Amino acid sequence: MSNFMPMLYAFWDSDITYSFRKSRVAVISALVLLAIFLTAIFAPSLAPQDPFNIAELDLFDSELPPAWVEGGSAAYLLGTDTQARDVLSSIMYGMRISLLVGFASVILAAVMGVALGLLGGFLGGIVDAVLMRIADVLLSFPPILVALLINGVLRSALPSSAQAESALIVLILSIGLTNWVQYARTVRGSTMVERRKEYIEAARTLGTGKLAIMIKHILPNVLGPVLVIATINLGMAVLTEATLSFLGVGMPPTQPSLGTLIQIGNEFLFSGIWWVVVFPAAVLAILVLAVNLLGDWLRDALNPKLR
Amino acid sequence: MTPQITPDDILSVQNISKRFDVSEPFLNRVLERRPRRILTAVNDISFDVPRGKTFAVVGESGCGKSTVARLLMGLHTPSGGTIRFEGDDITRMPPGKPAALRRRMQMIFQDPYASLNPRWRVRDIIGEPLKNFGICKNNAEVTREVEKLLSQVGLNPADAKKFPHEFSGGQRQRLSIARALTTRPELLICDEPTSALDVSVQSQILNLMKDLQDEFNMSYIFISHDLAVVWYMADVLAVMYLGKIVEVGPKEEIFGNPQHPYTRLLMETVPKLTVGGSERVPVAGEVPNPISPPSGCAFHPRCPMANDTCRSVAPALNLREGGQKSACHAADEERLKPWLRMAAE
Repeated sequence: MSNFMPMLYAFWDSDITYSFRKSRVAVISALVLLAIFLTAIFAPSLAPQDPFNIAELDLFDSELPPAWVEGGSAAYLLGTDTQARDVLSSIMYGMRISLLVGFASVILAAVMGVALGLLGGFLGGIVDAVLMRIADVLLSFPPILVALLINGVLRSALPSSAQAESALIVLILSIGLTNWVQYARTVRGSTMVERRKEYIEAARTLGTGKLAIMIKHILPNVLGPVLVIATINLGMAVLTEATLSFLGVGMPPTQPSLGTLIQIGNEFLFSGIWWVVVFPAAVLAILVLAVNLLGDWLRDALNPKLR
Repeated sequence: MTPQITPDDILSVQNISKRFDVSEPFLNRVLERRPRRILTAVNDISFDVPRGKTFAVVGESGCGKSTVARLLMGLHTPSGGTIRFEGDDITRMPPGKPAALRRRMQMIFQDPYASLNPRWRVRDIIGEPLKNFGICKNNAEVTREVEKLLSQVGLNPADAKKFPHEFSGGQRQRLSIARALTTRPELLICDEPTSALDVSVQSQILNLMKDLQDEFNMSYIFISHDLAVVWYMADVLAVMYLGKIVEVGPKEEIFGNPQHPYTRLLMETVPKLTVGGSERVPVAGEVPNPISPPSGCAFHPRCPMANDTCRSVAPALNLREGGQKSACHAADEERLKPWLRMAAE
């Protein structure tokens, strides 16, 4: 490992890390996200209470306000809900689900979009025409509507007994299948540019097959923008998940995500129990804002024209 | 016409054509009542490439030179005609197939900045054909072979670890040559290999190509618009105009005693380094649109010798005194010689 230190230095000194260090917004967003990710990952050991363990719940402690408000208890920093669940712990566990759905659906959308975009852009003709017309149709509806539609179809296809357990998968599928279009269009565009270049013709004359040209030659050259879209899309995916859960077609209350928590809290808002809805909503807003700011910075940092 | 394959020819092309459909999309065509538009890039040409020699193709931009190269490599499918490599018909074979034949012919591309994948290391770029054609069995063998090839084209074997952007234009073209040499080809098709390079680097690349030709006994098809480069490289020369070969023959005859007015005017455009040299007459006019080429001889709108026959009948390639062939009614009718003499004075 004699060349590890120089490699580390080269990374520290590269354009992208320099631009990162110079951007206060990017650094703060990254730190906030890091904190959120770590909290989500280690929620079981960090959370003061396991909100899903009924044995730990004490109904006498229900509807307690946050600790700094009169009547609050230091044991429940952000208060408790009507079933005596600690709001802070619920948020920590809820973030796990929100982020899991977010990441999984972004990965699903990116893999699918990149693959279809490559195919359409490289093969052209009828394959391209069919794929792009499907993309046009999907883009002509608001994404939440498409997600609701796919969600509804998937749920009705499943037996009602399996719905609670499969809610996570259904959410990931419906959000992923809604968002692949952006990746596909971007990748298709850059693929059409790349496939006309001479190095592709060279590869063909050297006996490289079509699939190998797509994967080994074109793919590495079109992945740049995908990273940016994926980052910005993560925020969108988390929001879509929250919206679906808020509308009651997402995660069930037994396995609440941030969206489900907001929905539960919303029911009690007018009885004065504001903390059950405000804190999950604030965390959701901070999470999405940090992801979007980081995505904006990444887009500018990778755009050579803005350097 | 019977294909005449003599053992001296490595490649024989018979009556090959390439037409591109450049019509607007179907719906626009129907709604706006536009006709189909067909661009004839290569129009029924035949030639033979002698073994171990350099066959050069010259012509202005858009005359179909590069299309010929792509047809030979299988990157375009011909609309008609046949291509025979060592007697085997490869007319409709896709690029890279059949492997046993294709590895014997390779191509060097025009733009050294676009012909190397920017995300690949040199070792992988040059190693690609070694693996595809099964020339090397394992990775260690590939690395050894790549390093050998790099030193053969005048680069450092340690360059194998670098990326293309770390090289200059001339060095990149050397990489391109090294990649083409991996399969030990017998025929190398060079599509304007020096047109993207500085003049000082051009001669280095040309000399390298000449040395390699002698060393490996390769035949070259050398496509260029630069007559000085062609004079240096060629043995046999074909002059193309609007998808047709207008004159073909030994280099000395074509440069010294052109038998087609277009060749003659092309030669006139070469700057001569003599003080107070004769005034040059540029080839007048523009190249006509290949979608609607002129009737008869395609050159007649720009030709000072054109008459009614030229405007209506397409000329055939006929043998001239010097041993070259040219497609010109004026030469057939003995009208060309007095004009050439006059133009020389």
